[in-house]
Amino acid sequence: MTTNLLQVNNLKQYFPIKGGIFGRRVNDVKAVDDITFGVREGETLSIVGESGCGKSTTGRAILRLDEPTSGEVTFNGEDLLSLSKGEMRKRRKDLQIIFQDPYASINPRQTVRQVLNEAMAIQNVVPKEKRLDRMMELMKTVGLGPHQLDRFPHEFSGGQRQRIGIARALAVDPKLIVCDESVSALDVSIQAQVLNLLKKLQKEFNLTYLFISHDLGVVRHISDRVMVMYLGKIVEIGDKKSVFDNPKHPYTKTLLSAIPVPDPNAKRDQIVLKGDVPSPIDPPTGCRFHTRCPFATDKCKNEVPELRNTGADMMKEGHNAACHYIEEIESGEMKPKYT
Amino acid sequence: MAETTVNKPAAKPPSPTIENLKTIFKKLRKNKAAMVGGYLIIFFVIVAIFGPLFTTGSPSAIDPTNRMAPPSADNWFGTDHQGRDIFTRIIHGMSITLYIGFSSVLIGAIVGVFIGLVSGYYGKKVDAILMRCMDVLLAFPGILLALAIVSVLGGSLQNVIIAVGIFSVPMFARIVRGSVLAVRKLEYVDAVRALGASDTRIIFRHVLPNIMSPIIVQATLRMATAILTASGLSFLGLGAQPPTPEWGAMLSAGRNYMWDSPHIALFPGLAIVIVVLAFNIFGDGLRDALDPKTK
Repeated sequence: MTTNLLQVNNLKQYFPIKGGIFGRRVNDVKAVDDITFGVREGETLSIVGESGCGKSTTGRAILRLDEPTSGEVTFNGEDLLSLSKGEMRKRRKDLQIIFQDPYASINPRQTVRQVLNEAMAIQNVVPKEKRLDRMMELMKTVGLGPHQLDRFPHEFSGGQRQRIGIARALAVDPKLIVCDESVSALDVSIQAQVLNLLKKLQKEFNLTYLFISHDLGVVRHISDRVMVMYLGKIVEIGDKKSVFDNPKHPYTKTLLSAIPVPDPNAKRDQIVLKGDVPSPIDPPTGCRFHTRCPFATDKCKNEVPELRNTGADMMKEGHNAACHYIEEIESGEMKPKYT
Repeated sequence: MAETTVNKPAAKPPSPTIENLKTIFKKLRKNKAAMVGGYLIIFFVIVAIFGPLFTTGSPSAIDPTNRMAPPSADNWFGTDHQGRDIFTRIIHGMSITLYIGFSSVLIGAIVGVFIGLVSGYYGKKVDAILMRCMDVLLAFPGILLALAIVSVLGGSLQNVIIAVGIFSVPMFARIVRGSVLAVRKLEYVDAVRALGASDTRIIFRHVLPNIMSPIIVQATLRMATAILTASGLSFLGLGAQPPTPEWGAMLSAGRNYMWDSPHIALFPGLAIVIVVLAFNIFGDGLRDALDPKTK
């Protein structure tokens, strides 16, 4: 555990709901509720899950873009949440973020030169006279021409803008980059280009990625490990291969069965869940998935399942799932109840 | 074309600010009324600067033998109860009027924009406290608030400017706060925050430049209100003191002779109407032109 570059312990992010004349705290949206995980140096950990499960919130909380309610975020052996605002500003050099919407993530009134220059100026990573060289180098790294340095964002395509976003993140030599749905807004061919660029950069600069996505195809392509979230909780985490080939949690199975197969004749068992995701304001008791799980019992309603490894073969070391009945489901002892 | 840009960076493309100005101007040109308002404002500014150089005689030169003379070739707008030439006084009053309008809006804008930025950016308690204060100011009818401030500070041109400035503050604060709330949620603000930028840098480099258009529109429209309020205060005798050729004060002086010599009150009144109207229709046109939803 100590070798993790980033260690998140018991992270909670509650957003208060205010009501009444005096703005009393009426309730909370429990966007992220007590999650613990680690990211090793140089790897890509993907967070997957449907909309509203707390993927992006986790990323933002780690970077302290929103202040987490409680928990611990240890980066390189230092607790980020205990740092003062000023200390955190300096530490931000090591943690960067690439956003989803390439049209909203760059100030429309700044040229690429100003964007990159500002990034370097804020952290003072490169002496002034060397900044231009560094900018040229960055542009080349992300696949843009030096002649595009003085252009404004509106003169670029979505893919090119995303490259500018990547260049901006790289400008300060970060160790960890949170990719918050970074390729979701791009079309498929550009997605592949940007993903390959991210992979190349990872090798070149030994970057660590926390890759947030809802696109399982993309996740399969880029990750080393995968973490599945549902309603603010981790339901399964583990090696990419192990999770994709041997999903243990019923929710993960459902999610994976929804990946489109590029063969119209292929027969497959697609599991379709009933109902909607419950509200994170009043999440279900016990296992949060029990309201929609075809295997749910009374135990699921009352007891919160811990992340665990059954030790059985096919479930690799470090692959954990939060379900009471992994063994029973696996052995066929429990049958899904479809109503 | 391509050969010329091989090694050199391409010719600097127009900035979005300039591009924006072009489209805004295009939209504005279609709006005839706004253009008239705009030309009038330009004309007023020219008159305010150069007008006094072309008028003969001082605006406060008294001519007891030629009192309350109706408009004639010598005195285009006639003379007032002390024989002063009304045309000369209106020309000299132009700069006073614009000065009052401009400086009070400037005071209101600077303070209001600052409060709006702080309130919108920091939110929570700061926002609640500042905005409640603004609500208190807004609860007063404009002229009444200005009246109260002037009666506390004492009547003078400076105090009128301060009073009108203060009563413009909440309008600016509200508009800016709303715009900040919208811009602050955008990803580029988060991106610079993730880079470690300070709050001051984010506010002044990234938020403020992107909310300038509503501020400009509001400033133009406030000019009209400010001029009207200032004239009102002077009319009540709380503003510019005689013999300053302030239009409101002139109107007030002419009020006593309405039946015998209506021109004394008529011309300053007309001047106020035209200036206020010009700023209003120009501001309206500007608002439409700056609205990205209109074509």
